[in-house]
Amino acid sequence: MTNSGTKNKVLWAIVTVLVLVYALFPVMSILATSFKAPSDLTSGTFLPSSGTATTSNYEQILVGDAQGLFLSALRNSIGISLIATFIAVVLATLCAYAIARLDFPGKGLVLTTALAVSIFPVISIVTPLFNLWRTIGLYDTWLGLIIPYLSLTLPISIWTLAAFFRQIPWELEQAAQVDGATTWQAFRKAIVPLAAPGVFTTAIIAFFIAWNDFVYGISLTSTETARPVPAALAFFTGASQFEAPTGAISAAAIIVTIPVVLLVLLFQRQIVSGLTSGAVKG
Amino acid sequence: MASITLNNLVKKYGDGFPAVNDISIDIADGEFIILVGPSGCGKSTLLRMIVGLEDITDGDLLINGERVNDKAPRDRNLAMVFQNYALYPHLTVYENIAFPLRLAKGKHSEDQVNKLVTEAAATLELSDHLQRKPANLSGGQRQRVAMGRAIVRQADAFLFDEPLSNLDAKLRGQMRSEISQMQRRLGVTSVYVTHDQTEAMTLGDRVAVLKKGELQQIASPRELYEQPVNLFVAGFIGSPSMNFLPATLDGNTLRTALGDLEIPAAKAEKAAGKKVVLVGLRPEFFEDAQLVEDHKRSNGAVFTATLTHTEWLGNEQYGYIDFDPAPEVRGLLDNLAREMDADELRPQIVVTLDAASRIRGGREAELWLDTRKLHLFDAESGENLTRDAEAGAELTREANEERAEEIATAQQADGVRGTGTGGTGRDTEATPTGAGSSGATATGGKHSAG
Repeated sequence: MTNSGTKNKVLWAIVTVLVLVYALFPVMSILATSFKAPSDLTSGTFLPSSGTATTSNYEQILVGDAQGLFLSALRNSIGISLIATFIAVVLATLCAYAIARLDFPGKGLVLTTALAVSIFPVISIVTPLFNLWRTIGLYDTWLGLIIPYLSLTLPISIWTLAAFFRQIPWELEQAAQVDGATTWQAFRKAIVPLAAPGVFTTAIIAFFIAWNDFVYGISLTSTETARPVPAALAFFTGASQFEAPTGAISAAAIIVTIPVVLLVLLFQRQIVSGLTSGAVKG
Repeated sequence: MASITLNNLVKKYGDGFPAVNDISIDIADGEFIILVGPSGCGKSTLLRMIVGLEDITDGDLLINGERVNDKAPRDRNLAMVFQNYALYPHLTVYENIAFPLRLAKGKHSEDQVNKLVTEAAATLELSDHLQRKPANLSGGQRQRVAMGRAIVRQADAFLFDEPLSNLDAKLRGQMRSEISQMQRRLGVTSVYVTHDQTEAMTLGDRVAVLKKGELQQIASPRELYEQPVNLFVAGFIGSPSMNFLPATLDGNTLRTALGDLEIPAAKAEKAAGKKVVLVGLRPEFFEDAQLVEDHKRSNGAVFTATLTHTEWLGNEQYGYIDFDPAPEVRGLLDNLAREMDADELRPQIVVTLDAASRIRGGREAELWLDTRKLHLFDAESGENLTRDAEAGAELTREANEERAEEIATAQQADGVRGTGTGGTGRDTEATPTGAGSSGATATGGKHSAG
């Protein structure tokens, strides 16, 4: 028994290491590249050649030439993603609650539509949106991105939250109502505290979706007023036209990854409990 | 404290299926009513209509004479204990119990909340667990927290929705007696839904038997047991349940699969003219003929039968007799079984014998049957032909008197204890409860329990 137990453990450890390497190698590669000097980019080594490691790429995007491009894009990305997430979560919470609790005609339709919207290829909507936005003046504005982002984040938020609300025993709410609560009080005092982990999980997923978007970002913006980071990276140029901006792009990629990693680390517990809370009886 | 009146309540769902059909019940102040029936009989629906969680399609629901059909649950001032307890998992036991008080904003100061919760917790022996979360409590403790949430509010009535069905058998018995004693002590009107007939018989002042949304009979447990109105009630109440034996009536003689049985003329008279009847025989109507005392023997009939096997339980033993029903009544028996949630009624008679009886399975034996107690049922309508309505009503009247006496005794005993424990119980009496003078005595009893 113990023998096969150790063997199992070793096997699992090997598998885990393999998966970790597979998943983290690109990130490490980008991290290494972001410290390479332009002349070092084609050296073919994983790490910067000894003595040439430099932070010039970071300087370039944070305080140097590309500063205007990157910092404004970072501000846009954070702002737009946060607003889109917030709206999506609030709307999805109410919508999912209704779907989980109420029996109304068209309930199935709401869910199917949400699903259909989320599997609709983004690229096919971009062109009509581009024309429409230009006509009504939403082109190159924050709102012009928030609305399409909602179409990406709402469906998944509704589905996740609806599944989550269904796991909360309805009796809790009824008990609260019998105990003297209004419908709203029952929702706020009995359901929301229980749904909090689910809402957290949903919010983080929605934020990632908005944060990672590229197609809308590059198609519906033209200037620094609304262009988000993924799109801005495409506009990086090297110091001269013969120089590839690989180093700067890597540095920017690392910087935009940091908030995501931080979010996951900070809310790790909430996410885990959000994903597993269905396993325990309410 | 309140009386609840159900006037021709109907609940129809979207597809027009009446889950509750024309039910009228008068529940007196302080009465303990049980709603019982097989699953799907509408008992839970009826309870939820009373508390306001289900809309009422038709009919009137009155609490204290006031129509409350359109009132929201929170305006009805009823307390409910749910089957799965419905405790708020994110709150401590203390906050769970305090929840209704906190919702009634401004009505209770922090001190009052504290006092009420502590008292309720003491009554329910939860004082040591107030700071724990429901997830860390045992089933029985959770059940008590749910009760605590109900009693802390001084609600007009308690509604229980199968509160014990999630507990194991031993705990169920214990909680059953706790609920019973608490109800007597608080003297609060209670409606209790269960499918367990032991709970129904032991807890209820009156028991309402429901079938497919319709009220079959509402009476004291004894009346239900001794004077059932129809086959369904007779078969549902009692364990082991009543035996139904198809028979043809010939004068005062019942020709049955067990042999011919001579019955009292008064009974035969009531069933006169019916070709086929079903004889309702409770297992305890039978006895080993050798053990029947002589002066009792003449009250019944003796017949011989072969028991398939016996089960000795210490205080008594069960014997089983198989019989072969005529094909035309076979369908009737199967139908009856389906209505009572059983898959198939084996054509079998269960008899209770004295523990000393030496009758064993496989051998022919002489059995005695008390024919004074048997009932005859119409084979088609299921109606009880030999029901003595007057005797039944008398039983229920007696039960009512006993209840009044019990409540008085319980509250008097509490009052004695209350003065013994000092003034704590007395102070809270000043809290306005909105009840009349009869309520005031009950409130006194309630609080001195702490």
